[in-house]
This record gives sequence, structure tokens and C-alpha cells, in this order.
Amino acid sequence: MRAPDSDLPLVFVGVRIAGGDVTILDRITLTITAGPPTILIGPNGSGKTTLLRAAMGLVSLSSGRITWGGGEAGAPTKSAITFQRPTMLRRTAAANIRYALAAAHVPRAKRQERTAELLTLVGLDELGDRPARRLSGGEQQRLALARALARDPTALFLDEPTASLDPYATKAIEDLVRVVSARGVKVVMSTHDIGQAKRLAGDVFLLHRGRLIESAPATEFFATPRTEEARKFIAGELLV
Amino acid sequence: MMNRRTVMVAAALAAAIFTAPVHAQDKSIVVSSTTSTQDSGLFGYLLPLFKQKTGIEVKVVAQGTGQALDTGRRGDADVVFVHAKSAEEKFLAEGEGVKRYPVMYNDFVLIGPKSDPAGIKGTKDIAQALQMIKDKQAPFISRGDRSGTHIAELSLWNKDAGIDIEKDKGPWYKSIGQGMGAALNTASASNAYVLSDRGTWISFKNKGDLVIAVEGDKRLFNQYGVMLVNPAKHPNVKKDLGQQFIDWLVSPEGQKTIANYKINGEQLFYPNASDPGA
Amino acid sequence: MSGELSALDLLLSADPTLIAIVRLSLLISLSAVLFAALVGVPVGACLALTHFPGREVLIVILNALMGLPPVVVGLAVFLLLSRSGPLGSWGLLFTPQAMVIAQTVLVAPIIAALTRQTIEDLWVEYRDELAAMNVGPARRVATLVWDARFSLVTALLAGFGRAAAEVGAIIIVGGNIDGFTRTMTTAIALETSKGDLPLAIGLGMILIFIVITINALAWGMRHVAERYAG
Repeated sequence: MRAPDSDLPLVFVGVRIAGGDVTILDRITLTITAGPPTILIGPNGSGKTTLLRAAMGLVSLSSGRITWGGGEAGAPTKSAITFQRPTMLRRTAAANIRYALAAAHVPRAKRQERTAELLTLVGLDELGDRPARRLSGGEQQRLALARALARDPTALFLDEPTASLDPYATKAIEDLVRVVSARGVKVVMSTHDIGQAKRLAGDVFLLHRGRLIESAPATEFFATPRTEEARKFIAGELLV
Repeated sequence: MMNRRTVMVAAALAAAIFTAPVHAQDKSIVVSSTTSTQDSGLFGYLLPLFKQKTGIEVKVVAQGTGQALDTGRRGDADVVFVHAKSAEEKFLAEGEGVKRYPVMYNDFVLIGPKSDPAGIKGTKDIAQALQMIKDKQAPFISRGDRSGTHIAELSLWNKDAGIDIEKDKGPWYKSIGQGMGAALNTASASNAYVLSDRGTWISFKNKGDLVIAVEGDKRLFNQYGVMLVNPAKHPNVKKDLGQQFIDWLVSPEGQKTIANYKINGEQLFYPNASDPGA
Repeated sequence: MSGELSALDLLLSADPTLIAIVRLSLLISLSAVLFAALVGVPVGACLALTHFPGREVLIVILNALMGLPPVVVGLAVFLLLSRSGPLGSWGLLFTPQAMVIAQTVLVAPIIAALTRQTIEDLWVEYRDELAAMNVGPARRVATLVWDARFSLVTALLAGFGRAAAEVGAIIIVGGNIDGFTRTMTTAIALETSKGDLPLAIGLGMILIFIVITINALAWGMRHVAERYAG
């Protein structure tokens, strides 16, 4: 069976993920299609990370269904993910990228070239030979992005990539998100920073206590929120 | 990549370690003998000469007499060379050995502290000396390891002095379960009496306050015998090479070499292969 | 005092007997560590990464085996290799090979247990990333082992320290044969019991030097790790 060229549309139907007695995601139904970045917002503990991991096929579902690429695939093949605190392999930055390329079955002959390209794209071309673990937080996050892009993904999931970074590093990541999105990669990114959501979003999904409260294109969401939770969140109030 | 390199290094080391001694093993025998014989330095003197003459490498595993004979019983040695005639004859009777050849003798000496707590200085009678040690409850170290020396010591107590040492021993009698050197060390450290073979005594470098207390009694005579382990029972025994070693030991040349071994100008072993009663 | 001075003499004049003994000791212990690693690292890594019923029990047993008394290992290998034992036809008793075997048995559990611990800890850290990059099981193990290389080398050094310092196993299976299976530790035991101290002291000094070097290497390894791989 031929693998689909894209993992999109990504469809969640009634997805429920529970750990013991605790419900982490509660009957999530959504569709993600190609286009500008989708921003997942919500307070800490709302289930954003779990949703992204589920979208990447890393979590088993308690009930419901997720389909990739229009229902043909059983798991995502053209997606990639980065985590809030990325784990660097104990080798140079360039070697980290080469590793990701190898794992993605990129032929050996092409890897050198692609590594250089990706390093340049994320602005780490001077730091290719530095041990990855000795990069700064922002540099590591950019390297994680490069690793993810090594898979040539159609969908890129970013879990709070700038939560631990200073404004300078944050801007670098946001710029990269725009560049990557402009190339046609669907970015799905979580954040709890309203400003960032406003800056980057094509559309917005609001999560609260594991439930999808509201979803809308960005302009609509921020101008005319429909739910009480959305209103409160946008106003900067604590959602409990 | 890492794995390939490691495997190659491992293979190289394995080759080095598993092939290195092979060509030496072609002409070699294992002789199980006693620690006192080894500690006397006799093998260090004898074996290079034997190797020079025949090209045979003799590997000596030194243990207590009991262990040495058991090593022969298990087939882990080709030749057994010990000094406990009764144990050797039992070995033969069991069919474990082919033939016993007397080789040489040395003697035991009773060692004791210069201060002589048992008051046995001047005695030439070993039985009397042991009796006095027991009466005075003077500290005494026994090897306790089923060695030829240990067996001889027990025989002196039980047969010659008429003392049932197992029953009559007290805290003054310490059985350490180790070799002659260790026993001498212990005796030196605790100012005690100990029965030793003369060879180990002469070459022992830690004498401290110890001196020879009793010597010369005929009952302190220590006879050595050599036997080929029975190839009928243990087909792996190198019977030709082993027999060559035995033949050399009892040959006039071998006997002369044994007599020539001296420490501090003193001869240690007296060859007596030609003595029918030995 | 004269014992220590003549020991120094022996060391400085590179006495051939001394050199031969040190060489044999190193050859045996290094070989044992190598073979123990070839067995122990994969076993430890697999144990860290697979789940099956009885896994917890196996881990407890493995950790306990780290404390195997050397003499017991020596006795067990002796019974196996003796001519009257099951592997007697191999003719390995009283040879350096037997000593390598005994020390490998002694050291392998140490390396396996330490590997298991290290890899398992690293797996917790790496699990999501490796899953996200769709890394298959074989490559996963290789990646974890490579990334854990400094801790694993420390485990190997621990194994070598154990092997180099023990006497119980190798004296039983090797027989302490002069010029053939006599190593530093067995020679020290022998010479001390003979009351002949210079050689024993000389060997003791070398052995202590080796132990200190191993510990320095293990300590230095941490610094190398941080400087060159972060």
C-alpha cells in the first residue's frame, strides 16, 4: 500500500486519553489541514503537550480515533515534533542533524549537503562542530527544529518551543516558524503566550482541562471570542 | 562502527591469548607437588636444567600433599611428586598411579622460639620434646592442611609420642590450614613451636626469634616419592613426557643434581632412589 | 626496611621476573574485561530496554551477582574445567585461559548491571526524541550505548579494577604456576607466605599504582566528557 504524501488532513474523532483516574484529553474532535500555523493555546495542564504527542502518534488512546492523510495511514510518516526541553544527542550539532537524516533514511551521499542547508536555515552554521549539549537553550531549540526538518515533514508539531527562552531567542524561533510555514510545512505549535499566538497564528485552538473549548481563525478568535473561557484567557485572567 | 572496532580488538586479543601458550604446551607436563618442596626453591633449580636437557617444560602446581594427590586423582596432573609414603601407597592401591619411585629425603626439624618456653633445648628425642610441649602447654602451630608435613606431624604426636592430639589439644595448639611459609610466619609472630621441613626453614627469610629446637631424630625423616598418574584411568596424561621426568629424577644425573642444590652452602635434599626400602 | 629497599631495586632495574608477572596480570585482566564487556554491555542494554515477566527479579539477581566472592567463582570454574569435570576435555585448568574465563565470569555481572542502570536512565531521557525520529530498536540500542559511552567506560574501569585486584579466583583455576600462571596478586600471596618480601612489596607498589591510575582515569573521564561532548 503506497504511503500517502502527506499526513494531512489530521483528524481527531472523539479522542480520549486517560491516565488512571485522570482524564488528560476529553473527547477531542478536530481537523488540521494545510495552511498557516495552527496555534494551540491554553493554561498549563490543559493537555496541549498530550495533544501534540498524540498527533505524532506517541500516545495510545483510551478511546476515539486519529487519522492521518485522509484516513489511509495508520500512523504519521511525514510529521515531526520538537519538545519544550529538547534532548540533544551526545555529539556535535551537525552530527545530531546527520543522525536525524539517517533515521529518516536519507541516502548517505545527500546527508552532508542537507546538514549544511539545515544548519544555515536555523542560523547555526558557525556552531556545527560544537558539542550539542554545550549550546545555549535557544540554540538547542533551533537545533531541535533542524532535526525535525531533516525528516522533510508535511506537518511540524512544536511543543512550547520558546517557553524557556529569552526574547532574543524567542524571536529567532518565531522567524523560523514563519520561514518554515512559508515553505508549505504545516506548523502546529502550542504556547501559553497570547502575544505569540497573535503574532503567529493562522488559526487558534483553545484547550482547557483536556477539552477543546473553541477553535477559530485568529482574527475571529481574538476579536470576537465566543466562549466565556476564551474571553477570560484573552483578557489575561487565570482560567481555573 | 564502534562495534566493529571493538570486535576486531577483541578478536586480536583472543588470538593472542588463546594461541600464545599453545606451542609451549606441546612439550610440557603438569606436576602436582607440595608447597614445601616449591618453597624450598628446589624446582627453581632443578627444572631449568631438565628443560635444557630434554626441552620439556615442567609446570608445577604446588599444594598440600592431600590436594596434590587429589589433583592426580582428577587427572589434572601428569605426575605427582609428594612426601607422604602411606598416602602415596593408598594412591597406588586405588589404581590412580602407575609405580612409586623413591627420589630423595630431607628431614623435619622442630622449630621454636629462642626463649624455649617448653624447656626442650638439648633434647634429641622428638617424642619427649612433644610431650614436654603438651605438658607445658607451650604454643604450637600446626599446618592443618593434609600436607605431608601435617601428616608427619600428626604421626609424631599419635604414634611416636603416644598423644591423641585431636583429643588432647588445647588453645595452645593452633591449626592454621596453610602452607609451610605461612606456618613459620605465624610461629615467628606468636613465639610458638612448629614442625618444618629443613628446606623451607633454611630458605625462610623471616626467622625472627626462631631457632632449631630439635633435629636429627630418625623419626624426623621425610621421604619423597614420585608417581606417574595412571593413563589407563586418565587418557589425557602425557605418559611419555611424564615418564621422562621421573626417569631423569632417579637417574644418576638427576640424583647428583638434587644433591647439588644448596642454600647458604647447606645441602637440603639427600637422593636415595637406589634405596629399596625408601 | 631492607624489604622495601630491595623492592625499589627490583622495580628500577626492571627485573625480568617482575616484568613478566606484571605483563601477565595486565593481559589477563584486560582480556577478561573485554570479553565481559562483549557479553555484559549487550545484556545490560537489552535488559534496560525490553520488558518481560520476571524482569525485575532478573535485575535484582544481576545486581546481587556484582558481589560474587572471587573464590566462589574460582571454585565453580575449577569444577567445570577440571579433567574430571564437564569441560575437562578442553584441558584448560591451570592455564592463563582459565584465569581469563574466571575473571570474565566475575566481571561480566558488574558491567551488565552498571550498563543496565546507565542505559535505563538514559532511555528515560531519550525515549520521546528517538520515538519521534522513528528510530528502530537496533539503532536505538546503538545510540544509547554510544551516548552513554563515558559512563560505560567508567563501568569497564570498575570491572578492570575488580579483576586486577582479585586473587581468589585465579589462584584456584590457574594454580599459581611459576612463569606460567603467576600474576601480581598470586605472586604477592605466595611470596608473603614464604616470608620473601622484596618481590611482594615491589608487586604491591605496582598494583597500588595501577589502582590509583584506574581511579584517576575514571575521574578524568568525567572531565573529558564534559569538555568534549557536553
